[in-house]
Amino acid sequence: MASIAFNDDSAVVIIGSGAGGGTLANELCQKGIKVVVLEAGARQSPQSFVNDEWKSFGQLAWLDPRTTSGTWRVAKDFSGLPAWICKTVGGSTTHWAGASLRLQEHEFRAKTVYGDIKGANLLDWPITLSELEPYYAKAENKMGVTRTNGIPGLPGNNNFKVMYAGAKKMGYKEVHTGNMAINSQPRDGRGRCMQLGFCFQGCKSGAKWSTLYTEIPKAEATGNLDLRPESHVTRIEHNDKGLVSGVVYFDKDGKEQRQKARVVCVAGNSIETPRLLLLSASNMFADGLANSSGQVGRNYMRHMTGSVYAAFKDPVHMYRGTTMAGIIRDESFHNPKRGFVGGYEMETLSLGLAFMPAFLDPGAWGAETNRITLNTNVKDKWGSPVPNVHFDDHENDIVMRNHAFTQGERIYQAAGAIKTYRTPPYPSTHNLGTCRISANARDGVANKWGQTHDIPNLFISDGSQFTTGGAENPTLTIVSLAIRQADYIAKQMTERAI
Amino acid sequence: MRTIPIAPVASAFSDCEESGIVPKQNLPLARREFLKGSGILMGTLAAGSVLAGLAPSTVWAVELKTLSQAEGETLMAMARTIYPHKKLPDAVYAILAKDLDGAASGSADTANMLREGVSNLNSMAGGNFKKASDAKKLAIVKGLEGSTFFGAVRGQCVTSVYNNDMAFAVFGFPGSAWEKGGYITRGFQDLKWLPAPPKSASPSAYMG
Repeated sequence: MASIAFNDDSAVVIIGSGAGGGTLANELCQKGIKVVVLEAGARQSPQSFVNDEWKSFGQLAWLDPRTTSGTWRVAKDFSGLPAWICKTVGGSTTHWAGASLRLQEHEFRAKTVYGDIKGANLLDWPITLSELEPYYAKAENKMGVTRTNGIPGLPGNNNFKVMYAGAKKMGYKEVHTGNMAINSQPRDGRGRCMQLGFCFQGCKSGAKWSTLYTEIPKAEATGNLDLRPESHVTRIEHNDKGLVSGVVYFDKDGKEQRQKARVVCVAGNSIETPRLLLLSASNMFADGLANSSGQVGRNYMRHMTGSVYAAFKDPVHMYRGTTMAGIIRDESFHNPKRGFVGGYEMETLSLGLAFMPAFLDPGAWGAETNRITLNTNVKDKWGSPVPNVHFDDHENDIVMRNHAFTQGERIYQAAGAIKTYRTPPYPSTHNLGTCRISANARDGVANKWGQTHDIPNLFISDGSQFTTGGAENPTLTIVSLAIRQADYIAKQMTERAI
Repeated sequence: MRTIPIAPVASAFSDCEESGIVPKQNLPLARREFLKGSGILMGTLAAGSVLAGLAPSTVWAVELKTLSQAEGETLMAMARTIYPHKKLPDAVYAILAKDLDGAASGSADTANMLREGVSNLNSMAGGNFKKASDAKKLAIVKGLEGSTFFGAVRGQCVTSVYNNDMAFAVFGFPGSAWEKGGYITRGFQDLKWLPAPPKSASPSAYMG
């Protein structure tokens, strides 16, 4: 592992080590570029993960104070915990389910396809599916996604049997155990899924892709990575030319440090990324870094969920095996006849000590007013204002959720459920869009490469880039964008453009 | 205080074949004569219940450090109103009282908030919340939804009531799977009352 001096201004500094930051770090290191990764959380390992939902939550989750506002139910039920994301090396790739789906072609053109939707702030992505396809292919290969690259699907568990039986009775066509970044057979030095049933608690068998034990050790092996866990960044600094010059952070001993940088890439998830840009406001950038559009923190999107649990006469043993064990894709397409635009994926899920749950994962997008702001009334332990997460459900979300609830119930009833339960939304793991990429600098924070419109050596490298959400789980797209961004950064550095 | 761990035994699980020891041991069962606190909660596990078969003794006791016995019992009654499970013995709800007592011991504000909440419950019940009918208890607790006190008790219930060995045993959840090799050879696809999906949807497991 490299040791890069604080005053060395030749390295790329990446804030965050999850799907975006961890992947970008490895891709850059493989190209011979020196990288410092500052990760707020501590380093765990498959050995230190625990098969205990609440202990694991304490070990991995981001629990720094946050506030909430808006009409969404989460603001009432989980007012201090708007999101279930992680503060640990590997970020939320330690916790994610592994579902790896490409966005659909029309989802890159939401404004064109869906038209003007009142109360939403739709925009087409500055890139198309065909531009991203080669990177999707690289990401699927890197992550070992089942049903790609000749990798077999996972064996279905008992939850999947229930889903499959109900879905087929309903007439659904595309039903299988998913495209999962979980080894169905040994691959890339990692073993196969042991059907532990604790995917969300960190995969103890290492079968599920996480940057913690794939990208990061590979980057360390190049000798180009300086990974600093328990380093909480509070500010990005710039010079008098308006270029970013370094970052200030608190290290594991609580000591304030300054790391110089040639390029800064922010990958702190869609709440912390805009927060950090806003916290870095200066005389030159009074509204926060890269915020001439006023869009930093706006268009916050979450995957709205409509979960249905069901009880059956005979036992299911829902806790056995892969947590997210199956998918129905038939509702993911855009079909306005259903009363809403966009679509949703239906995915089985086993959560906690409960009955048989379904997790429906609908597409959503941001109204401009759904946003991350700084709450100056509440400070964290480093003295920085905490982020406030404001979200109002849009009419389209509500109609889609009710549709999803109904379809979820029908599936379980078709499989013989004696009772079904609708579950209100819980804290979101999919947080998107708060520094969106746009063709025009007026409409978003960064260009098609995630390079901020205002500051050429400042990049957005996580799900904050999403111009609009899709029905699909976002991680595969985040990883694909990171691989693509690494190529661009390397080229720009070679050309001395940054 | 002496802690007697509860270790599940295989025969207790009527519909699960797991037989490993559940590692969490978070129920302090203490001998009566050693208890010296602000309050003591005690009870017995029903003979013949799943838990009676697991515990070394059917008598349980929990020591409180800040709250009184009456306050602890009122919080237990409130927890049973919010999350009513006939199958769960009082010993499980006592964990809630113990955990709230722990929070009260760590913060005078929390202690006051809990005491005021309990006193409020009792006054709304016309003196003694514990002795009110189930319907009356529910109406009182419903009226408190949204309050800090309700939020604190309900929030603590999520972990205290459901995340312990006794609740796991009662509901048939075996907990940690790693040390038993997961479910790859232990029934992750043993459901027989529905047809098996085709291999195209659910390929065979890789077994080396």
